[in-house]
Amino acid sequence: MLRLPPFEYHAPRSIEQAVNLGAEHGTAAMFVAGGTDLYPNMKRRQFTPQVLIGLNGVEELRGISNGDGITIRAGTTLHQVSNSPLLQTQYPALATAAKLVSTPQLRAMGTLGGNLCLDTRCNYYNQEFSWRQALGFCMKKDGEICMVAPGSSRCWAVSSTDCAPVVVALEGRVRLVSARGERVIAASDLYRDDGIEYLGKARDEIVTEILLPPADGTKSVYLKLRRRDSFDFPILGVAAALRLASNGEIESARIVLGGVGSRPLECVDSARLLIGQKLSHKVIGAAAEAAWRPARPLDNTDSTHSYRKKMARVYVARALGALSEQ
Amino acid sequence: MPVIGAPLAKIDSWDKVIGAAKYADDMSLPRMLHARILRSTMPHARIVSIDTRGAEELPGVVAVITGRDVPIEYGILPSSQDEQALCVDKVRFVGDAVAAVAALDAETAERALQLIHVEYEPLTPIVTMNEALDETRDAIHTGAHADHHNIHKMVALEFGDLDAGFAEADYILEDTYFYQGNTHLALENHAALASFSPDGHLTLWSSTQTPHYVHRALAKTLELPASRIRVVAAAIGGGFGGKTDPFSHEIVACKLAMLTGRPVKITLTRQEVFYCHRGRHPVLMWVKMGVRQDGEPTALHFRTLLDGGAYGSYGVASTYYTGALQTVTYKIPAYKFEGMRVFTNKPPCGPKRGHGTPQPRFALEIHLDKIARHLGLDPAAYRKQFIVEDKTKTVNHLTITTCGLSECIDRVVEASGFGGEKREARSEIHESKIENQKSKIKNGLGLACGSYLSGAGLPIYWNQMPHSGVIVKVDRGGGVAVFCGSTDIGQGSTSLLAYIAAEEFGIDVRDVRVITADTDLTPVDLGSYSSRVTVMTGNACISAIRPLKQKILDAAAEKLLVPAESLSFRDGEIICEDDDARRLKWTEAIALAEAKHGTLSGTGSYKPPKRAGPYKGSGVGISPSYSYAACVAQVSVDIETGQVRVEKIWLAHDGGRALNPILVEGQVEGSVYMGVGEALMEEMTYRGGLHKAPSLLDYKSLTMRDMPPVETFLVETNDPEGPFGAKEAGQGPLLPVPPAIANAIYDAIGVRIDETPITPDKILKALEEQEKGRAARFGPKNFPAVKYPEPIRVEPPEDAPRLERKKG
Ligand SMILES: Cc1cc2nc3c(=O)[nH]c(=O)nc-3n(C[C@H](O)[C@H](O)[C@H](O)COP(=O)(O)OP(=O)(O)OC[C@H]3O[C@@H](n4cnc5c(N)ncnc54)[C@H](O)[C@@H]3O)c2cc1C
Ligand code: SF4
Repeated sequence: MLRLPPFEYHAPRSIEQAVNLGAEHGTAAMFVAGGTDLYPNMKRRQFTPQVLIGLNGVEELRGISNGDGITIRAGTTLHQVSNSPLLQTQYPALATAAKLVSTPQLRAMGTLGGNLCLDTRCNYYNQEFSWRQALGFCMKKDGEICMVAPGSSRCWAVSSTDCAPVVVALEGRVRLVSARGERVIAASDLYRDDGIEYLGKARDEIVTEILLPPADGTKSVYLKLRRRDSFDFPILGVAAALRLASNGEIESARIVLGGVGSRPLECVDSARLLIGQKLSHKVIGAAAEAAWRPARPLDNTDSTHSYRKKMARVYVARALGALSEQ
Repeated sequence: MPVIGAPLAKIDSWDKVIGAAKYADDMSLPRMLHARILRSTMPHARIVSIDTRGAEELPGVVAVITGRDVPIEYGILPSSQDEQALCVDKVRFVGDAVAAVAALDAETAERALQLIHVEYEPLTPIVTMNEALDETRDAIHTGAHADHHNIHKMVALEFGDLDAGFAEADYILEDTYFYQGNTHLALENHAALASFSPDGHLTLWSSTQTPHYVHRALAKTLELPASRIRVVAAAIGGGFGGKTDPFSHEIVACKLAMLTGRPVKITLTRQEVFYCHRGRHPVLMWVKMGVRQDGEPTALHFRTLLDGGAYGSYGVASTYYTGALQTVTYKIPAYKFEGMRVFTNKPPCGPKRGHGTPQPRFALEIHLDKIARHLGLDPAAYRKQFIVEDKTKTVNHLTITTCGLSECIDRVVEASGFGGEKREARSEIHESKIENQKSKIKNGLGLACGSYLSGAGLPIYWNQMPHSGVIVKVDRGGGVAVFCGSTDIGQGSTSLLAYIAAEEFGIDVRDVRVITADTDLTPVDLGSYSSRVTVMTGNACISAIRPLKQKILDAAAEKLLVPAESLSFRDGEIICEDDDARRLKWTEAIALAEAKHGTLSGTGSYKPPKRAGPYKGSGVGISPSYSYAACVAQVSVDIETGQVRVEKIWLAHDGGRALNPILVEGQVEGSVYMGVGEALMEEMTYRGGLHKAPSLLDYKSLTMRDMPPVETFLVETNDPEGPFGAKEAGQGPLLPVPPAIANAIYDAIGVRIDETPITPDKILKALEEQEKGRAARFGPKNFPAVKYPEPIRVEPPEDAPRLERKKG
């Protein structure tokens, strides 16, 4: 059995305590929520924090509320997100994405905040220490070069969260709190196109809330490609959200791909093709065609990258097809 | 109440359910140390030096050993003694064991590994079979361990007149197939706990399927008399062939216990289990088959090339097995088999459920499907015409006792509607909607068959002794204890001994206690492999019990004043069949018997019939009997994504008499699970010499949601060789599953996927070929020019299928 490295554990009861602990311990500390991503990574020595600040005991980080838009506090579990009647009716894409994460056991522990902050993945990286040692280590951890793209100066590890593409497609925002204060940023700004520095937040900032605008008739859908019907990370995720005018023309559209780059990938061209159109077969085909072009999957996840790229088109078409029926 | 044939619970099921079963890793002894093994980070390298000082100096470390401490070579087969518990001069794959540390806790041992410095001189790794065939490359093993350079083993056998057979054929089909390597994926990681007493007795508790062979390997490598070594198989969380070799960590735990005088435990990580492997060999196959217009086979020529990985393991047997059982299903009058196993710098392959036979079965059953389609024959009716008959021999000298294959085919065809008029409807595209996705789906049904042995006819090492021994002891309180060396890996072999004793003595199963797999307490049974356990331990158990029963009957007859022949054991009593007023309680009868004969115990043993044919290599494939299975798979294929869903499996299995139908059904369902996984996703993949996915997340096997419903039919032939007519059930049902799925995919979309795993991207590629009007197929394009030796030509036995000369 793999063992966790030794660490010191703190269990704050409030956001304030949590961020103060973060400030106190600085770079030695990491936050942990459900631990379903972080603990396995620690066992494999991708992370060896001296201090862990557990967020599970922070009551104010739990729950979903409806007001001017929907607020989901970051510590809400994926199980709760997927079973929320509010989300199921207003933003079914998010409830679906949460439901498609891994297994029931992991959804019972894993949180939405943790899911949005999920470490990027790469099958040269998500391996035990001795495996990476045999490989010679890559730049994301302990090494110098990238094994997938040896000439590259950056890491191409893959954004593999199911919920992030949806939250971005729904034009969500996130509230970040640290001992230095708080700010609200667009969910799309939470991500950077870099496999190592993949988050656009400071290390000491906690995601406390995910803020979704009022649904206002938005249709949304999430499709996930993976080898098996459970357990597996997405090797492609397609989140699509549309708002239609009363005549059926598309007023706003966002299509976001997960699992094909280091951050959720917005298909701006596809979206543009949709605006002002009705969701016909032809329009869907054109949008799907435009969507798969920017996708540049590399050979660092399950399945072949050429297959994943081909599937981007099929899945975008199917996502839009599903929306045309909603 | 009859016990045999009743759907009873396993006798150890409560222990498993409440968590009381003790697996090796659950055990703990006072003063126990924890050990970890340092494994090679190089696929192929010479060891220049190993500096263990850093580890030795770490507080908490008690002992550090390297190959020099355990240099004696071992291996499961006497002809392949090519492993060392810790490598001395050379490492041969990433994961090969190099050094070991025993420490006060596992964390310290783990940390100490990082302080061991190994200097390697890298050698070019040999990763593919083609590289292994290239003689300009370094040899992985030197000298005696290989037939030639990196060719571990070569075999060539010819039975009957092959040329004449092909000359008689109206249609000859040649094709190549590839079956990918995959691993057992038992849920329990291997673990071993060793203890060495000051007076020189060594005890090892281990998750092993073969304590007897481990016993022998320990005696050899540790240079201890076998009489002072005790090997006990702990509760085992699945084996499937992955725990049938003696392993490095078992020897290392013992050595560390001997050096430190303290108990030492090693539990492997999942990654290490992937490195131990011994799983399914990747096999490239070339098949040439000749048939008459009505499909009757006239000749079969089969070539295999096995990627063996770094060590011999069971590889010699595996090589033979890729050729041995092609003949036991359909009548084949002329057969040539050429097989070769090569060494590569990857974890060693070995036996996995079906050992060496699922690969050729995959090729053969697809090949037959192609022939049937070409000749316009129904694949089911076609096969049924040429099924082997009871009490005959095959062209390669295997003895068929009973064969229920025809009935197996009938059962699955009837239940599934295979070959019916639904065909047209199946090939139409229809839409399906699951989780928001509207997909374009085509459905198909595919059929395939298979056969497997009920126990290897010969032991691993040459000897004349029994393959299985049983001691039965009857206590004055009425309890019966059965002692047998067999290991229950979840299949229920321990329960089976209890059922047999209960049936024979007419007592409650709960009054039987079974003690197994302990070299101090139990007589030798060779282990849980080759589907040998039910037939061999069952027969041994009966032979131990019957004389004992006679003693009890003698005593009872005396008391009841009736002839012993009129008495029988029933429901806890000894009853006179002619006058049921004359009866004795079981406990009364045994008291009388013990008074008359002394302590009531008996021994029994079993040795399979001698059946080897008159040629070298004939020892592999012989068996007391063969099981048969037929499978229909229903699949749906998404033609835009290439995703395949196995919707349903119908599987009929002739395992002889089902001693407990629930256990047989369990074996069928487990085999289907494994077969579907091998067909669709399981694969050992490497980048260079490095395993790409050594984890339960990344190595894909079916989850519960991917598992299709299974409808099982038991076809109960009454085999004369088995206890109460039983044959095997543990491995055979897997064999037809992968080819049935491949055939079903063809039925659905008209493309042939001639290799496993059948992944969505392979399907899309074949569909693209189909669209372009090219051969709608994905699979190996050619077979390398391999130099097989001159075949040994063997005259078929009298009662084998004969080639009738109809032409010229
Ligand atoms: C076998 C397996 C399969 C999986 N499959 C999937 C899958 O299919 N799809 C998928 O999306 N994920 C999958 N996951 C990953 C993971 O389970 C989920 O993403 C989960 O939602 C993570 O949430 P958590 O609360 O457990 O995160 P944690 O492990 O607690 O944290 C993850 C990261 O986020 C940071 N973090 C957590 N909460 C906050 C916060 N409030 N503010 C700032 N930083 C925070 C942590 O410091 C850490 O770096 C899988 C994991 C495993 C082990
Ligand atoms: S993309 Fe390259 S650098 Fe990043 S984790 Fe993978 S191999 Fe390492």
